[in-house]
Amino acid sequence: MNDATPVSSSKSKIDYLEVEESAQFLELQSRHRRFVFPLTAFFLVWYFGFVLMAAYAPSIMAIPVFGLINLGLVLGLAQVATTFIITMWYVSFANRRLDPLSLAMRTKLEAMEKPTAAEQSEIDRLAGLAKS
Amino acid sequence: MSARIAQLAAAVEATTENNPVLNISIFLAFVAVTMIVVIRAGRNNKSAADYYTGGRSFTGTQNGFAIAGDYLSAASFLGIVGAIAVNGYDGFLYSIGFLVAWLVALLLVAELMRNTGKFTMADVLSFRLKQGPVRVAAATTTLAVCFFYLLAQMAGAGGLVSLLLGINDKLGQSIVVTVVGVLMIVYVLVGGMKGTTWVQIIKAFLLIIGAFGMTIWVLVLNGFNLSTVLASAVENSTHEPAAAILAPGLAYGANPLDFISLAIALVLGTAGLPHVLMRFYTVPTAKEARKSVVWAIWLIGGFYVFTLVLGFGAAALVGGETILAAPGGVNSAAPLLSLALGGPILLGFISAIAFATILAVVAGITITAATSFAHDIYASVIKKGKASPDAEVKVARRTVIVIGILAIAGGIGVQGQNIAFLVALAFAVAASANLPTILYSLFWKNFSTRGAVWSMYGGLASAVVLIVLSPVFSSEPTSMFGEGVDFAIFPLKNPGIISIPLGFFLGWLGTVTSSRREDPHLAAEMAVRSLTGHGAEKAVEH
Repeated sequence: MNDATPVSSSKSKIDYLEVEESAQFLELQSRHRRFVFPLTAFFLVWYFGFVLMAAYAPSIMAIPVFGLINLGLVLGLAQVATTFIITMWYVSFANRRLDPLSLAMRTKLEAMEKPTAAEQSEIDRLAGLAKS
Repeated sequence: MSARIAQLAAAVEATTENNPVLNISIFLAFVAVTMIVVIRAGRNNKSAADYYTGGRSFTGTQNGFAIAGDYLSAASFLGIVGAIAVNGYDGFLYSIGFLVAWLVALLLVAELMRNTGKFTMADVLSFRLKQGPVRVAAATTTLAVCFFYLLAQMAGAGGLVSLLLGINDKLGQSIVVTVVGVLMIVYVLVGGMKGTTWVQIIKAFLLIIGAFGMTIWVLVLNGFNLSTVLASAVENSTHEPAAAILAPGLAYGANPLDFISLAIALVLGTAGLPHVLMRFYTVPTAKEARKSVVWAIWLIGGFYVFTLVLGFGAAALVGGETILAAPGGVNSAAPLLSLALGGPILLGFISAIAFATILAVVAGITITAATSFAHDIYASVIKKGKASPDAEVKVARRTVIVIGILAIAGGIGVQGQNIAFLVALAFAVAASANLPTILYSLFWKNFSTRGAVWSMYGGLASAVVLIVLSPVFSSEPTSMFGEGVDFAIFPLKNPGIISIPLGFFLGWLGTVTSSRREDPHLAAEMAVRSLTGHGAEKAVEH
């Protein structure tokens, strides 16, 4: 395992296996996944549905809607519109439902990594020794 | 109408004779301004994080502009306006994939990458897997994608020259490719990521303002009615029937499956492009990374709506036939439209933007490739993580020079070749080799080293081999080797439909057949850090 050193902080005091199974983390993970997975599935189906129509049903796409603007243009602009809507929806969801929980967990984890009072005095003592 | 076309054609001729001086002056003004900005930005480059990520100090808004500047290449601007002007609806259809693709980056990749990585894509992929093989594989695919993309941009620079400066001989074009390459090297060496980012921000701003202004102009001429623009485009069309430009089929109708293959690569490739991924590290937090992508989506989405108006506007005001007959062919649609609207000054401005675009995009790719080589290959694999950050940055700077020279040589070497496939190939490799491993690393707990390595090499090799065995290389008059040679056993010009599922499949297969058990502690740490941002790299304080 020695060649699997991560980019940083493997000497952390935190037992990540425990954190990963904590109710709070599981809640954060499931909120994130329950939102992004269905939405990803939706936009992929909607986009590829549009592409398949353009590829195999060009005559349907040529049906006029307003003036010379046909169904194909309307559906294409609707792709742009849904991209904008999904973006705004995700940002509002993340601000309301993900960020507070992730901030709470981050604060807790940072507190766990802080040295205890006894450790801090030991660090200060060693620093003092090093100085003198 | 024909009098008007003749008049325009005469004007085109006049410009290619007279206006290079004006075009070059405006471009030199851009170079002068950006050079000052780059030199000022370069002063504070002290650490590796400064050089590779601009100290992670950009705001989400700034970074969003830089992403747009990095992503909207000359192929997007000139290529898509031209494709719509000549092929109508199919050009628009093509542009949509480039935008929708950003949802993959927003929902699945950007924030989690920002929380777990440091400088490169390989940082994330090797977080909980075996460092050596995963880093080498990730650096290989990164360098491959960068190489294809860079070559396409440099060759585009040569093509632009003949169009905008009226330089048609090989020597003149080679000189301009060299100038672009040398400028790019100077920007990246002096300014690092901070300087490169500012060049991209300035360029994105100019490009979007320019496209927006022209769009409004076209709409004013047509009473703000898109239908009127379309009507004049149809009237001017030489297709049979004329209204065919409003419906799908002119470009992709002959082989719809090929377009579907391209669409898959566009949508899944964007979030695997190394120079896009690297931009997520230039902001201080995951929240700012999210904000960057949101800005990028608004800017890129707006830009493609402008190109829709500009493309049909060019068809209406210039005409597809005139565009195809002009030097530069399809790519001349946007410049000719600017000439028809605002005369030589607007043409000079738009030409300068097109050059600035190439410069900003090649700078972004070069710093990405150099970072990957110095950080993943030199520091992590050759020096086993024992290289000092100073030595690492020194290697990165030398790599920039090597890549710059290769880009200049490549750009000169491929002149006159039909290399339009390179951009599509870069997206296909990004989607087949990079995206599967990124998604598995972020979302699949049991993903293993063998799965990562198989997926990356398998995705890369299959995309490249399928392109070589396709009509891009042989069997057709437009093929690289002409129609005399025929080893095209793969019928599609876009390999994505096979190579992308193969990349995902190999990642799964490698993992389920792997006997090596990965460290569960690291997997747990990565999962926790990716969502909470705990322990993520902080911005550099000066």
